[in-house]
Amino acid sequence: MHHPRRARSIGAAVVAAALAVGLSACGQGGAANPSLTSKGPITIWYSNNEQEVAWGKQMVAAWNRDHPDEKVTAQEIPAGRTSESVISAAITAGNAPCLVLNTAPFAAGQFEKQGGLVDLSKFPDGNSYIEGRSGDLAKQYRSSVDGDYYQLPWKSNPVVIFYNKKVFAKAGIDTKDPGLGTYAGFLAAARKVVKTGAAKVAIQPAPTSEFFQMDTDFYPLYVAASGGTPLVQDGKATFNDKTGDEVANFWRTLYREGLSSPEQYQGDAFADGYAAMAIVGPWAVSYYKDVDWGAVTVPTPNGTPADEIHTFSDAKNIGMYTACQHKGTAWDVLKFATSEDQDAKFLDTTGQMPIRPDLASTYRDYFAKHPQYELFGSLATRTVEVPAGPNTVQEMQTFRNAWTSSVIFGGKDPAQALDDAAATIDTLEQQP
Amino acid sequence: MTAVTTPAAPTPVEQIDRRNPNDRLRHRILGRNPLGLLFSAPYLVFVVAVFASPVIYAVWIAFHDFFFAAPGADVSYPFVGFANFVYAFSNAQVIQSFGNVGVFLLINVPLTVVLSLLLAAALNRVIHLRVFLRISFYVPYITASVALVGVWLFLFGGDGLVNNLLGPLAPNPSWLVNQSLAMPVIAVYVTWKQLGFYILLYLAALQNVPRELYEQASTDGAGAVRQFWSVTVPGVRPATLLVLLVSTVTGANLFTEPYLLTGGGPNGASNTPVYLMYQLGVEQGLPDVASAIGIVLVIGVLIIAWLQNRFAGGRD
Repeated sequence: MHHPRRARSIGAAVVAAALAVGLSACGQGGAANPSLTSKGPITIWYSNNEQEVAWGKQMVAAWNRDHPDEKVTAQEIPAGRTSESVISAAITAGNAPCLVLNTAPFAAGQFEKQGGLVDLSKFPDGNSYIEGRSGDLAKQYRSSVDGDYYQLPWKSNPVVIFYNKKVFAKAGIDTKDPGLGTYAGFLAAARKVVKTGAAKVAIQPAPTSEFFQMDTDFYPLYVAASGGTPLVQDGKATFNDKTGDEVANFWRTLYREGLSSPEQYQGDAFADGYAAMAIVGPWAVSYYKDVDWGAVTVPTPNGTPADEIHTFSDAKNIGMYTACQHKGTAWDVLKFATSEDQDAKFLDTTGQMPIRPDLASTYRDYFAKHPQYELFGSLATRTVEVPAGPNTVQEMQTFRNAWTSSVIFGGKDPAQALDDAAATIDTLEQQP
Repeated sequence: MTAVTTPAAPTPVEQIDRRNPNDRLRHRILGRNPLGLLFSAPYLVFVVAVFASPVIYAVWIAFHDFFFAAPGADVSYPFVGFANFVYAFSNAQVIQSFGNVGVFLLINVPLTVVLSLLLAAALNRVIHLRVFLRISFYVPYITASVALVGVWLFLFGGDGLVNNLLGPLAPNPSWLVNQSLAMPVIAVYVTWKQLGFYILLYLAALQNVPRELYEQASTDGAGAVRQFWSVTVPGVRPATLLVLLVSTVTGANLFTEPYLLTGGGPNGASNTPVYLMYQLGVEQGLPDVASAIGIVLVIGVLIIAWLQNRFAGGRD
């Protein structure tokens, strides 16, 4: 006898299966790619940073004035936990804008894997425009999968050390030449700061476990000490060597001696005078208006000269997204937004560095007028990026987990933790 | 006198079986009251669309090599069996996160049941300031976590109020960066935040405990404590089961508090399966591995819920 409950169960299973199939189909359907030459109105997103919004508005207005048939509609990236999660969701939903002028290099590989980014190298002048504008700096932004450009290298925020002159003076440290260039000099200054009570801690990068926090402790120092070696090179992790160990031990000393705290500070440690130093980019010039600060390059074991040292780029790039219906217009807008004239306006409005190898000479007048940006301008030509693969975030999280467990909380030997992280990253590099 | 025998009334099943085969089939599919299906359809559609279909989709994802792709992208999602489960549970962090949430539940669930029942019983007897007290306990529940977390950071930070009061007795490392204390602090915080809701459940249940039972117990010489154990506790047992189930389910889904209070640290000590699912599924582009963790979590919660129902639910 046929059981009624079973009949209903079978019915429910059929409905569920139909739903599952329908939902899975949602991810695979859709229209074919329009051509790269199509022209028409487009939408772009930019950062919600006040200065970038101001620049973006003038750039869009300037474009729209001359191109009434290819109108650009711009908006800030919609709010979400992170910009990258919003962009990823938009890619999946098929409603990403044509351009996002804030595409993080660490996420570009994932977006490429999702089929969300347009291969800019496929434009006839794609490679020539990108490499013509950014020179050799552009090459680190090529896809690790096929070597093409899926992001246009746009602007960097070279990382330096800011120190609070008042705190340093209180600690009896020379504010003009604080001697922060070497690990030994940096640690000596840090000890003075804490011992004299001039500040609670010497330096306070976020000690939390988010993958990107390595950008403000390990990575700038590793890049500087290694002469510009990235985290991963030729599919292999590089940091489990003497240089990486020295960087790890330097930070371990800071945490072990209480010169940095493993507890996250609630607020801005540098602005509040809780920390005497901070690792920052050029955005900090306008941000720390109320602090009497000085700037030096990050320390290295032996004190690399400022005009030779490398640093982490903290770049944001421009991605063109496959949902775009008028890619021809998007490419033209992309070139317009990164033209020499617009880059000048961008530099002037935001203080962030357009990725150009000849930055200092091209915008000589700007740096003469704004000497506080000169160090950043010089460093902008020697910046190093995070890996450009589809598993970059996993790799960075792997590194961060090893770092927090060993360097920040001291549960593991730092050298062993770096070895373990490198082995995992090597495996991830082999995965598609 | 003649005995009159009347045939026994047919049972519902016999009534149905006497109908024609089409009626019987319709009854089997639509049940005895087809109109009931119509009335419940809107909610059923809601449950299927909002709750059931994502779960089914998640199960499908967990068994495939899956990532979120753009419409029209040339990608395939091959079946990979249990590979995502193996990958997930080969990761020590995943195991640790399940252990962490176990610690959380061991502290949070009993504390929630005991405190909310005691406070509800007390509030039920209070005559003065009754509304004020009820609102006071309920306010944390409806206040945004972000705002409350700020207060707790002020209390339990290294230089926070609690450590200042404790002086040399303050733990080192401090509460939120102490691997042994971070999760218990979160458990206490969540208990405090959610307490108002569970007190309301118990207050509602207490209204159904007959006054006569207390009077009879009192006549038999039972004091306040005896009345609480012998009348109140058995009288609100269905509510206790509900509190157990709801606090277990919400506790197993813990995300916001570690995300805001500790970032999953120190050293993964307050990481939870759902927080890891966020990291893996959203940040790292591994929704298949995240789904595998989610499926195991759902099964774990279902087992705990069954055990709670079996041992705390009674026969009623």
